[in-house]
Amino acid sequence: MNLGELYRRDYGRILASVIRVARDISLAEDAVQDAFAAAQAQWPVHGFPANPAAWLYTAARNKAIDQIRRRTLAEEKHRQMITLAAPEEHAPIPEDTLRLIFTCCHPALAVEAQVALTLRTVCGLTTEEIARAFLLPVPTLAQRIVRAKAKIKLAGIPYEVPDEDALDERLPSVLAVIYLVFNEGYSASAGPTLVRAHLCEESIRLCRELATLLPREREAHALLALLLLTDARRYTRTDADGSLVRLEDQDRSQWNRPQIAEGAAIVETVLREGPAGPYALQAAIAALHAQAPTFAQTDWSQIAALYTQLARRQPSAVIELNRAVAIAMVEGPARGLELMEQIDLPGYHLLFAARADLLRQLGRREEAATAYRAALRLVQSEPERRFLERRLQEVSR
Amino acid sequence: MQYAMLVYHHEADFHSLPAEEQNRLRNACADWYSQLEATGRASGAMRLQPTVTATTLREHNGKLVLSDGPFAETKEILAGLVVLECQDLDEAIAQARRFPSLPAGFSLELRPIIPDGVRRSDQP
Repeated sequence: MNLGELYRRDYGRILASVIRVARDISLAEDAVQDAFAAAQAQWPVHGFPANPAAWLYTAARNKAIDQIRRRTLAEEKHRQMITLAAPEEHAPIPEDTLRLIFTCCHPALAVEAQVALTLRTVCGLTTEEIARAFLLPVPTLAQRIVRAKAKIKLAGIPYEVPDEDALDERLPSVLAVIYLVFNEGYSASAGPTLVRAHLCEESIRLCRELATLLPREREAHALLALLLLTDARRYTRTDADGSLVRLEDQDRSQWNRPQIAEGAAIVETVLREGPAGPYALQAAIAALHAQAPTFAQTDWSQIAALYTQLARRQPSAVIELNRAVAIAMVEGPARGLELMEQIDLPGYHLLFAARADLLRQLGRREEAATAYRAALRLVQSEPERRFLERRLQEVSR
Repeated sequence: MQYAMLVYHHEADFHSLPAEEQNRLRNACADWYSQLEATGRASGAMRLQPTVTATTLREHNGKLVLSDGPFAETKEILAGLVVLECQDLDEAIAQARRFPSLPAGFSLELRPIIPDGVRRSDQP
């Protein structure tokens, strides 16, 4: 393993443990960067250490402690000295990663700040990488991270895993951040690239780590399954030109079968162990799609039933829309249209696109064209725009 | 750490509640505070008179300008504040969420207090 791979794998863990010692995110970040720089200089000469992560952690911790001692002497801060006297362990500990995740995803921080800080610290992405992924200017993103770190410090956001009682309340915001990162990678809300593989991979890695650290939290496992199952279809979602390929037209032989098998097995375990939460229901839906031999042979009635359950737990017009699409597959496009009439989602291009598709199937070409035009006025993603334009031309011929 | 818990409410809405209900909320808040104070988790609190009693000072071209009323005319106004003594933000949130007027539409803002913030300092 080279240093770059080590950085990718262990940066977040090492940082998490150094933060616990240093009680200061920025100081810990500098110390970890210094440790990696020292490794880059020394390892090629002296050889790789037996346990590289432990070496890096120890080097970073010592650098952080030096820094704090210097500061402490200057400012006579006794509290920090007491922390430093705590027993030292010699490798990053997993519990610290969990602490860092919960701190970064604290609900007292704005969601955008939670996302940026998690990617920067836990995942070790650079500010430039995050800015590029979210189509933001680098200074905007950098400032977001600086502000979030300042708030953690000044407002006293703890570096702790919430206790049993608070965990149920806090876990959803962590899962939401992971899902948001994945979705940003999977279907970019704007701009030319539909798939930003890096974000998908990072969110899966993070979710896997979270699920491992919280073995009893079924929704964390369900989210991992949902991400694996959705991501397994990633490469067939766009064609060579980057145009969107719809589920029914995707080449199922290209789906990632081992990943689908892993995701499906997790869903089964989660559903066996108790009542299904929102992520478990979505993962179950994704599993039915991923395991169906063809689009037509998909178990649409089961999918419609799962969407009905999901809508009951989380009333949302978007879920109603998905439910209507599934019911249209079972009971026909006319029934789907009827259900969509009752959905209030102004400004949501997929509602118009879905209506247009059902109208097209019913041969109501003029109405379909009107709906496609409405969808085109609202769509932001370039691949989706190209797809809608193609459909509009088909019904306008 | 110390946190200022700033208590905001919709003044008109609160005063349109029946007198017994206003009283019940006040007493419940007083009990909430006494318990915190007794266990060392709060160290000061005040309730403010309505904004009609406020006087605002500004200086304009070197002259003092007084105006009748609050600094900003808003529907939700600062009604009081409590000083919480807590380990961290989570503990402050845990105390604040039990504030009895929260379900009555009050908003609570937690602001960390700068330690010795009003003492002279030689540091730049």
